[in-house]
Parts: sequence; structure tokens; C-alpha cells
Amino acid sequence: MTDIIIIGAGPAGMTAAIYARRAAKSVLVLEALSYGGQIINTPDIENYPVAAHISGFDFATKVYEQAQALGAEFKFEKALSVEDNGAEKIVRTAKNSYTAKAVIIATGSQNRKLGVENETKLVGRGISYCATCDGAFYRGKRVAVVGGGNTALEDALYLADIAEKVYLIHRRDSFRGEELTADALRARDNVELVLNSTVRELHFDKRLTSVTVADKAGNPREIEVSGLFVAVGRIPENSDFSAVLELDRAGYAVASENCRTKTPGVFVAGDNRVKDVRQLVTATADGAVAATEAIRFVNEH
Amino acid sequence: MAVLEVTGSNFNQEVLQSDVPVLVDFYATWCGPCKMLRPTLEQIAADRQDVKVIAVNIEDEDELADQYEVSAIPCVVLFKNGAEADRSVGLVPRDALEAML
Repeated sequence: MTDIIIIGAGPAGMTAAIYARRAAKSVLVLEALSYGGQIINTPDIENYPVAAHISGFDFATKVYEQAQALGAEFKFEKALSVEDNGAEKIVRTAKNSYTAKAVIIATGSQNRKLGVENETKLVGRGISYCATCDGAFYRGKRVAVVGGGNTALEDALYLADIAEKVYLIHRRDSFRGEELTADALRARDNVELVLNSTVRELHFDKRLTSVTVADKAGNPREIEVSGLFVAVGRIPENSDFSAVLELDRAGYAVASENCRTKTPGVFVAGDNRVKDVRQLVTATADGAVAATEAIRFVNEH
Repeated sequence: MAVLEVTGSNFNQEVLQSDVPVLVDFYATWCGPCKMLRPTLEQIAADRQDVKVIAVNIEDEDELADQYEVSAIPCVVLFKNGAEADRSVGLVPRDALEAML
């Protein structure tokens, strides 16, 4: 039996692995896709102490190498469930099941979809969830961003430097994102705010050609764009683990700053936990806290 | 086999005229998910003799990217008998790429 199984190899999970290995606990990290998590989409991290500039890929790779060098084992399998048998927790993947004394769930979140017909079909043909990845394809073209948080505002600003015109479609008349970024957007000649509006339809031939939005009164407006960048928030990846987690209405795992869940020996770390600030630095901090709690739990049981 | 870097000048020969199915990875150096996907493609290239794995840098080869209407990366296009048979966009697990074959 492994001492601590960590589900998710993002910044939170990999930091937890580093702490657990430094306490000489055996560690297995299970990851569905690749190490790094959401941070790999960030081309330049500027708010993490020590490194004034580092790409998300480089950051993730350094943390991965650090955890590996300390002896953490990584397996690229998607954890499908966590079962609590008291002293033994069972984590199942499609092909295997693993047992551990303690489990840290650090699965993060995934992009929320718009939920409009043909959205999935048009991914890669006009619909994108990553402006920094795909913005360059829209040089001199017309694009729209949907959302009102920091990601949406930053995406719109980023695209304003590349695209001929950027529409920012938001369902309210005020933004959740930082006022400074919103002001910067308002100052741009090629940015048009389409407020109190939601996307209703996507039009396409082979690729996206336009979107229909509707305001609160239901008045439709067709906007010609070849790209639509969706930034309407994230969904925590907790649904597979509801047997051992209490989830709030939005699906986040209920746990205080000590990262303990309703199940003794099961901890959460990172973006999938209820918290106010979801940043790289708070994810790694969670990893340290959750690992410390898990180490204590293993020592005491 | 390793992942072979291809340009517009040998795309026809390496991809369109290939006897075996070809997975073409359209990528860019600025794209983190593309870098994460590369080890998976290298594994497929190493493990499978019945498939060829090709990489196209869309910054250098924007004409190829345009021609195949690549507008989101990583984008892996499967070519069979000289024509597109399927494509996968985004960072996906190995199973998802092999399921296209």
C-alpha cells in the first residue's frame, strides 16, 4: 500500500508530492492527461515569486522534475473513483486499482462550455478556449470573446493586438474581472463591448462565420466573426469523487484552509477546492498544506 | 521511428504519398499544450510500425496550416491515402489519438 496517492499532476498535486517525499512517504501521482495542468496554457507567468518571467510549460516541467528526483512515482491513468475503507483508501482507474493510507485530490478544473448547439463540432474550426494558443490564427480577422471575468478581459486585450476587431460579449453590464483591464479594453478603438447579451447560435459553413447574440429583451443581433473565444469560467473536476467529498452548489470540494474533507484521510488541494483566490501560488500553497495534513494522518494511523 | 519534422517541400512525399496512415501534428513553439502532447506522439511513433508521425511547425509552414484550415493547436490530423480522415484538437490522451487510426 502506498502512503499517499495524489490525484492530479498540476501545481497543487506536484507540490504535494514534493512535500510528501521530503517526509519520506511513498507517493503515487495519478494524472489523466499530462503533468502541469491548466498552467501549461500560460505563455508567461509574471506573478510567481522568484521568477519574474517563466512559461507555464517550463514551470510545470521544473516542478515535475523536482518531484520525480525526490522519488515520486507518476502514472498517467485517469482516477475514476476514490473509496474509503477507513485505514485503506482505494483509487480505481480504468485498468488498475491502487490503495493508499491517504489521498489528496488535486484535480483542478476544466473549461466551462458555452452550451450552444454545434459548439463541440466547431472546436478547432473557429471555437477556442485558449486565446494565447490560438489567437495568432486570427491576425487581421474579426473575433469575439465571451465572458466577463479576468480571463475574458485579458483574452480580449490580447486579441485586440492581433485581430482587426474584437467583440466582448458578456451577459451582464459590469465585469467580474479587474477594473484596470476593463478600462484598458474600453480605451481600445477596435474593441466593442456587447453587454447584457448571450450567444444563442453559431453559424458556419466549414468554419465559424458568425454568431447570433440576444440581449435581455431577446433582440437578436448577428455578428460576423471567424473566431469565438470562450472564457465563461471553469468547472471543478470533482464529480467522480462525490462519495468522499462534500461539494458546494458549483461543484467545488468543501474544505477549509487545512484542506481536510468530510472523509478522514482524504484531502483536497488547488482549484477544485472552495476558495476565494485561485492562483498558481495558492495552488502550490494548498499542495504543501494538504501534504502536511496527509503526512500527519499517515503518521497517526 | 521518430517524429519527423516536415515542411511544405516534402509534405506531399512524406504525408500525401505515404503507404501507411500518417498523424500530422500541427504545432507552434509558443504553445504549451503542444509541447505536452509531443511525448505522446513520440511514444506512438516508437511503438507502432503501422503509423507514421509527422510534425509541422505552423509558424514556419503557415501555408500548410492555412491549406488544412488549422486554427487551434495542438491539432493532429490523420491522413489516409493522401486525404484527411480525421482530426483531434487540443491536448488529448494517447487512447484518443489511437482511436482515430
